[in-house]
Amino acid sequence: MNNIINKVYFDNQSNTVLDKRVFDVMIPFFNNYFWNSQSIHSLGSFIKKSIEISRQQISCFLNANSSKIIFTSCATESNNLIIKGVANVMKNKGKHVIISKIEHFSILNSLIGLDVTYISVDKYGFVNEDELKKAIRKDTILVSIQYANPEIGVIQDIKKLCSIVKNNDINNSVIFHTDAVSACGMVDINFDDLNIDALTISSSVIHGPVGVAALCLKKNICVMPEINGGSQEYNIRSGTENVPAIIGFGKICELLSDEIEENCYNIKKMRDLLFDEIFEKIKYVYLNGPAKEKRLCCNVNFSIEFIEGESLVLSLDLNDIIVSTGSSCANKSLKISHVLDAINVNTTLAQGSIVFSLSKFNTIKEINYTLDILPIIVKKLRDASPLYSYFVKNCKRKN
Amino acid sequence: MEYYSEKVMDHFSNPRNVGEIDDADGIGEIGNPICGDMMVFYIKVKNDRIENVKFKTFGCGAAIAVSSVVSEMAIGKTLNEAMELNNDDVAKELDGLPKNKMHCSNLGTNALHRAIENYIMKKKSE
Repeated sequence: MNNIINKVYFDNQSNTVLDKRVFDVMIPFFNNYFWNSQSIHSLGSFIKKSIEISRQQISCFLNANSSKIIFTSCATESNNLIIKGVANVMKNKGKHVIISKIEHFSILNSLIGLDVTYISVDKYGFVNEDELKKAIRKDTILVSIQYANPEIGVIQDIKKLCSIVKNNDINNSVIFHTDAVSACGMVDINFDDLNIDALTISSSVIHGPVGVAALCLKKNICVMPEINGGSQEYNIRSGTENVPAIIGFGKICELLSDEIEENCYNIKKMRDLLFDEIFEKIKYVYLNGPAKEKRLCCNVNFSIEFIEGESLVLSLDLNDIIVSTGSSCANKSLKISHVLDAINVNTTLAQGSIVFSLSKFNTIKEINYTLDILPIIVKKLRDASPLYSYFVKNCKRKN
Repeated sequence: MEYYSEKVMDHFSNPRNVGEIDDADGIGEIGNPICGDMMVFYIKVKNDRIENVKFKTFGCGAAIAVSSVVSEMAIGKTLNEAMELNNDDVAKELDGLPKNKMHCSNLGTNALHRAIENYIMKKKSE
């Protein structure tokens, strides 16, 4: 097990390690405070109050004062709930939904039966504002645009995109949702100021526990529940709550309210070192996504030419460095990532893409170790690559 | 790395016979970088027997491991024996491959077969 734990972990957009301070407040809710919030006795009330404290911690962190926080089991559930829940409530108005081409699969795959307009993005991943404006119709019920993309790190101007939608919505009834899973903890989110209607965040990518996420909803927004039962969570998501996880989720949001600035400062310092040095140490490397200032401070995504991403991920793993890739070989569908495709990355280059997602628990030492190892791995894989030998011999790329 | 067998990981981390043969008797190329896999096999043939194999591969862990093991399996075989090598033999030799990587084992044997066919064609035209 030690070998697994000691790996240098740069896959923090997939899941993050639990903050010990969070785990500590969760423990009694596993072994002592096991009661059900729906029970009317004092023990049940204690759980109910504890859940409400978590809700407040999250509202406060998101500056979502005029909204309700619905706890769900994961961000996929939150995203499904907003899409299907809105589609159900508004089925008499229409079934037109607008999303960007770089949304998470939990958005992309939950649109069955709906009439969908996919808004394109530019080569950096920014949503095309004109297309968005023109896409709004009388029967549009929902717009969902990701706050930040975990793969290429692009951060959208959600406030502006939301105002475009609201200013062109004649019926004043289109719901604007943002999937803020990747932005959370890396961007200062202000729900009220964004003027949006709904937002998804997840605990497990901000050093909280797995098994809990939230859908933040403006108070007046109605969604049809996907799960019916004992009317927990404002009767929008019934079911006995995952109390220890909810307590942990609240705690990490409380901590982040104070620590987000410091975390981002430290993460950005490490990210920038990695960013600058990779281009310095390795030739024929191309950045995917926007420039440093316009992307998540934890994210680097680049393509290393002449080699393939999965073999790069495996080689780094053998050297105890954990990253991810958008190459087709690493994808279950054997296609390149839909995000790299949407930003028009050359398909061959997309095969050599590699994503580093840093966290507050990474260290400069780990970055330096990676910068020592990566060029050695790239050389080994290029020495075995027919594309590289063709390039060296002919001074041009093989078609 | 639970995903690949130990044998795949061994061939991936220490691939045998990586390289090119300048005066190869046959060269076989298969795949393309757009699909994510490309292999080039070089063979030396003596008395209808494969004397040496080298390869270069752009591709995933499975593609590199397959190339390595195919090169090992082919050396010393007669041309006919080598032509009979198929993807099941390769997957078996690697203690199995994940389902979605079985096409890599096809690529490996196909690249070898193309090198042999290239040798036979050259021979015929001499």
